[in-house]
Amino acid sequence: MTRPTTRPGAGPGAVRRRGAVRVGPWSLRPAPRALVAGPALVLVAFAVAVAAISTGEFTVPVPDVLAALFGQGTPVAELIVGKLRAPRVVTGLLVGAAFGLSGALFQSLTRNPLGSPDFIGFTAGASTGGILAVVTGGTAAQIAGGSMAGCVVTAALVYGLAFRRGVQGYRLVLVGIGANALLNSVSFYLLTRANINDAATAGAWLTGSLGGRGWDHAVPVALALAVLLPICLYVSRPMRMIEMGDDAARSMGINVEAVRAAAITAGVLLCGVATAAAGPVVFVALAAPQLARRLTRSPGVTLTASALVGAVLLTLSDLVAQRLIAPQQLPVGVVTAAIGGVYLALLLRKDRH
Amino acid sequence: MSRPDPRGSRLSGSGLTLAYDQRVVAEDLDVVIPDESFTVIIGPNACGKSTLLRALARMLKPKKGAVHLDGSVITSLPSKEVARRLGLLPQSSIVPDGITVTDLVARGRYPHQRLMRQWSRADEAAVAEAMRATDVAGLGDRIVDELSGGQRQRVWLAMALAQETPILLLDEPTTFLDISHQIEVLDLCADLHEAGRTMVAVLHDLNQACRYATHLVVMRHGRIVAEGEPSAVVTPELVEHVFELRCEIIPDPQTGTPLIVPEARRRVSADA
Repeated sequence: MTRPTTRPGAGPGAVRRRGAVRVGPWSLRPAPRALVAGPALVLVAFAVAVAAISTGEFTVPVPDVLAALFGQGTPVAELIVGKLRAPRVVTGLLVGAAFGLSGALFQSLTRNPLGSPDFIGFTAGASTGGILAVVTGGTAAQIAGGSMAGCVVTAALVYGLAFRRGVQGYRLVLVGIGANALLNSVSFYLLTRANINDAATAGAWLTGSLGGRGWDHAVPVALALAVLLPICLYVSRPMRMIEMGDDAARSMGINVEAVRAAAITAGVLLCGVATAAAGPVVFVALAAPQLARRLTRSPGVTLTASALVGAVLLTLSDLVAQRLIAPQQLPVGVVTAAIGGVYLALLLRKDRH
Repeated sequence: MSRPDPRGSRLSGSGLTLAYDQRVVAEDLDVVIPDESFTVIIGPNACGKSTLLRALARMLKPKKGAVHLDGSVITSLPSKEVARRLGLLPQSSIVPDGITVTDLVARGRYPHQRLMRQWSRADEAAVAEAMRATDVAGLGDRIVDELSGGQRQRVWLAMALAQETPILLLDEPTTFLDISHQIEVLDLCADLHEAGRTMVAVLHDLNQACRYATHLVVMRHGRIVAEGEPSAVVTPELVEHVFELRCEIIPDPQTGTPLIVPEARRRVSADA
């Protein structure tokens, strides 16, 4: 190799600039912005959560909130915090994280910022399943089960229809958009056939809401995250390689179809379990990964940051939904949809240039 | 029928039938990539040259026959192990949004890394060396999307180099580049070959192939019609047979390798 470098020494310097963390045989190379953004997001999420628990019709001062959270509060504070407000906030954090993570997985797989589960039919499938349970007089558990099943069945169909020697991202998006339209019309048909009370319940559920959510809503999402988050972190490195193209990833020794199947499974389950808990809340899965990418200045989609941004987005939106025209309560889905519209317009405006 | 001995060279294919779904592109191909050669596969459009390269790089599973790497059937080897011996520069790859040159080149280290060993000193050294060899060291902090086509192709090559494989396959590395950048990339490939790597490339331009290849594989209609050193295999008859082009062959004034001069249909008279 005889080529002279134009600036000798510039290369190793540039390579070394991003510090490595090495302990014995272990070594990592974290992006500097991610190191700051991650903890900062955790703090913001915590602050929003405390604010949401503290305020409302009956204000619990912040020190009392913290005391109650650690089991040291007054009985009244413990009732309001532990029974009424904390479950709602925790459900919001977990559902937001699940939507954010699911969105990040699908945007990476489809290599498309619009390839999120609320666009490619998976959330719509969950809605249809949920509404079917509502109009047939299902219990809360049956509604949750219905939406989970709807999500999984839709995903299987979309995946099957998009499959041709492996799944190409754009095929998944195109087939998914078709499924989305179809399923939405099925949902509305079901609403027209339902009796007025069921239709009202279903309509409210369709918006997506965290109102009246208890620990029984939070637990399934927490379990799903506990199982699926490690899987997501494990596939995140090969997924970043797949973003460069299937051939590029395969030539690096990655089993592209296996990684993709694992990521799709995790993404579908996360989307399903989140919809089962809070209804089809739009926009979080779409925007969280893009906001996370800008915050961490990371190339490609980042999974952990997307989950954190999702958690912040949903709890913050819920706080706004509860306080905006208090004592009137808005469903959180109304707020996220409103922010989502503005966000989409900005995204399209930016892409024009 | 005699098959090439898979143990004779590190990379070879025997009895290969290559197909996309049911569409057979090439049948019963035997090919041996000589060690430490700069092998160039050439032929008209749709002759199966890229398909052959993809099969050698285990991107495409042969319908029949097998590709051998170091005496083993390539698909029987662990995928990451293959990736440490054989690299591929695909025809087109997608640049991740907002990635810097250093970060993209560093991705070439993937086959050498594990979940808890993501950035060893060997990784760092290999990336620095790859960037030096491809002359992109000064671009380290630049965003890849903002580079020129020629610079970008050098960055992709740097990524493949960082993989530190003794064999490197390149699928039409000069497509989409203007002539000066084509020569720049091919000169770089020649340097890498001189440094001891086995290089295999699919090229479009017959003259460039003759100039840079030490071993030429000429294909037509999914079959290999000639193999060997360019000066030995490239004749007017071969070019007419393979490319349906009547031509004259003269020595390249710069290198002495065969230079194909297509026959003119209308001669411009000198005293007109």
